[in-house]
Amino acid sequence: MTTETGIGTKEPVVRLRGVSKEFPGVLAVDGVDLDILPGEVHVVAGENGAGKSTLMKLLSQVERPSSGTVELAGEPVEYHGPGHAQHLGVAMVYQEFALAPDLSVAENLYLGREPGRFGFVNRGKEMEEAGGLLRRVGLNVGPRRLVAGLTVAEMQRVEIAKALAIDAKVVIMDEPTATLAEREIEDLFGVIKALTDDGIAILYISHRLDEIFRIADRVTVMRDGKVVDTLPISELDEDKLVRLMVGREIGNLYPKPDVDVGDVLLRVSGVKRGEKLKDCSFEVRAGEVLGFAGLVGAGRTELARAVFGADRVDGGAVELEGRKLKIKKPQDAIEAGVGYLTEDRKGEGLALQLGVDQNITLANLPMTRGLISLKEEGRIARKRRDELNIRTPSIRRRVQVLSGGNQQKVVVARWLETEAKVLFFDEPARGIDVGAKAEMFGLIGDLAQEGRGIVLISSYLPELLNMCDRILVMREGEVAGVIGREEFSEERVIALATGTGEAA
Amino acid sequence: MTEGTANGTTRGNALRDRLSDFVSQIAAAGALIVVFVFLSFASPDFLTADNLFNIGSQTAVVAVIAVGMTLVIITAGIDLSVGSVAALAGVMGALLMSSVGLPMPLAALGGTLVGAACGLTNGLLVSVAGLNPFIATLGMLSVARGIVYIATDAQSVFGLPDSFRLLGQGVVAGGIPIPVVIIIAVAIAGYVVLSRTRLGRYAYAMGSNLEAARLSGIPIRRYLTSVYVISGALAGFGGMIAASRVASGQPNYGIGLELDVIAAAVIGGASLFGGQGTVVGTLIGAFLIALIRNGAVLLNVNTFYQQVIIGVIIWIAVFWDQYRRRKLASASE
Repeated sequence: MTTETGIGTKEPVVRLRGVSKEFPGVLAVDGVDLDILPGEVHVVAGENGAGKSTLMKLLSQVERPSSGTVELAGEPVEYHGPGHAQHLGVAMVYQEFALAPDLSVAENLYLGREPGRFGFVNRGKEMEEAGGLLRRVGLNVGPRRLVAGLTVAEMQRVEIAKALAIDAKVVIMDEPTATLAEREIEDLFGVIKALTDDGIAILYISHRLDEIFRIADRVTVMRDGKVVDTLPISELDEDKLVRLMVGREIGNLYPKPDVDVGDVLLRVSGVKRGEKLKDCSFEVRAGEVLGFAGLVGAGRTELARAVFGADRVDGGAVELEGRKLKIKKPQDAIEAGVGYLTEDRKGEGLALQLGVDQNITLANLPMTRGLISLKEEGRIARKRRDELNIRTPSIRRRVQVLSGGNQQKVVVARWLETEAKVLFFDEPARGIDVGAKAEMFGLIGDLAQEGRGIVLISSYLPELLNMCDRILVMREGEVAGVIGREEFSEERVIALATGTGEAA
Repeated sequence: MTEGTANGTTRGNALRDRLSDFVSQIAAAGALIVVFVFLSFASPDFLTADNLFNIGSQTAVVAVIAVGMTLVIITAGIDLSVGSVAALAGVMGALLMSSVGLPMPLAALGGTLVGAACGLTNGLLVSVAGLNPFIATLGMLSVARGIVYIATDAQSVFGLPDSFRLLGQGVVAGGIPIPVVIIIAVAIAGYVVLSRTRLGRYAYAMGSNLEAARLSGIPIRRYLTSVYVISGALAGFGGMIAASRVASGQPNYGIGLELDVIAAAVIGGASLFGGQGTVVGTLIGAFLIALIRNGAVLLNVNTFYQQVIIGVIIWIAVFWDQYRRRKLASASE
């Protein structure tokens, strides 16, 4: 989607010079120079905490810069808050959408700027204009539909349409593909292309390498609040980009150890749950990493949750080391030795207000004579902190303030404390830094080496192809097939996942 | 994010963590001390043994019930029914003595159990029926009050044995009022439950993230229900203390009491969003309210102003809580 033509000759629509933002004790953005050209997709890449989000907030006027100048179309920008930024033509599409679910699509599009006079809303005009905007973003729903009934991808389109409604010159998108399925991502990129053809600049935050190379015209890499470099995508490759982001060489991102796979640990047969899961069976062996692949909504997470007892099932049997298990709730699974690391760390995994120590022991409290042994708890927490290299100023620190990678390690530590024999990792690398990712996969390898059975759920195929011994591919709630390592290929997985080219 | 080394635990940080947990309590304690010192100078009657014991006895009901409320609030719940439940327990306990003829300790236990039964109903409505705690306990507020009026025909219950006065008016060793002893006992028990038992730990975990708690294998229905049972039982016990103080069962007792109780917990740092709250903080909150009420009486301030002052303090306390949360949230990005 690279459009080399014209770049470099146009006047930048946004120009930042020496922009800094200081929070108490932290220089979040440090002397940033940045030009955004009309009609380009400008990716800002960097690890968590590199300052990407703060930079976006400075542009959308959620935050005010401590120093430096921001110009829009050659005019210095005054700061009066997000509403003013929109007025100037800077729109932000948030990861969590800012829509009112009980209002219609059209009402959301014009929220706060309803057409009409004297406090009355001209609904006819609203509907008509909304229809036009929805066509531009390729959204095929009526403007009268309630937002609550839309899919996530459709809501995102409404957000983008909102940007068009204010006649935005720059649209900022913060990891817009994080919650989308592959086909929806494809569609989104199509919409982005259409917008850039109209001369709108897209400022795109991402740390998914694959999509950066699919969509970017230019990439600005940030690290520690500073801009490391801005380069056209043609001058970058994956290694170089990672090196710029991390600032050092990352060894093997997927250090899969050579493990002799042992006996069957977990055998799951005939698990059913309504339309979501249809007669799913699989097994995991000791020392094995089994991958779950499939499109979003294929039932991978549902299958893991069903085995773990997090959701009710309509039928199915689970055996651990040849022993039949009766799993009705997570407690049963945990007692039997099965653990599940949720995809949504903050929403389902961690008690954010509790300390690192308290989160680690949550599933298995050290009790003496009916009371929690605080001494033992501290010992356990320190041991796991050292073992997993959890970077925290103290074990009593609230997990809320840790980085994503360290939070993920706290969750892992909790499951290690339950002595789980089989562990389900649901998208363990989502939202964590490249460096932390390498560590996380190293850890998964170590756990397999210790003889545990690992199930790795991921939407990012390179993770599965590198880490797994076998990959189970799901499609529409069914197990579409299982592929052994010697037959691994991206095409095979995709063919099974989409149901095309069955013969492959 | 600061990437401190894993092994270099700094004492300063550990201390700061500990302190940050107590910041809101320190603020409340500071307010308590300021009010205390002010009243000591402003009124000659304030700093007398009689008056201080009087404050202690008056605070007992709110403090005892507020310990249970703290537990509920930590789970991100609320118990609006405590005032009605206290009245129901007081009246039932009184009837057990006057009509059934049970001895005082058994009647007090009976009243507490009545409270526990109300709490069990609340708990099941919240954890099994899935009602919002606000709604579940709002219903109980009305139901319990209705039962009080039905059972008593809205008449006070008199004819209680003299021994009953002990609970709310008695003294032990050297003139320490029994209600003060009760506060201390309930506070210690509450402290141990919150900091050292499964119930306490799970309450914080459920309040912080219910789904994470469930997926960690915590039987949330059982523990959530238990929390409301404890709140109900303490409301019942508090109702017995209140009945003892006036030596009768009063059907109209405790209207609006839930506000004082919730205020005590919130002033002491309990967060209505769940996951936060301590017994010490709640006690400070309860005494702060009691001091303001007492001071208003001693200084001949129109009693209506007390309501205004306490309301303003609640605003400040909640604002402070939210301010801290916002700071934490922005620091964690």
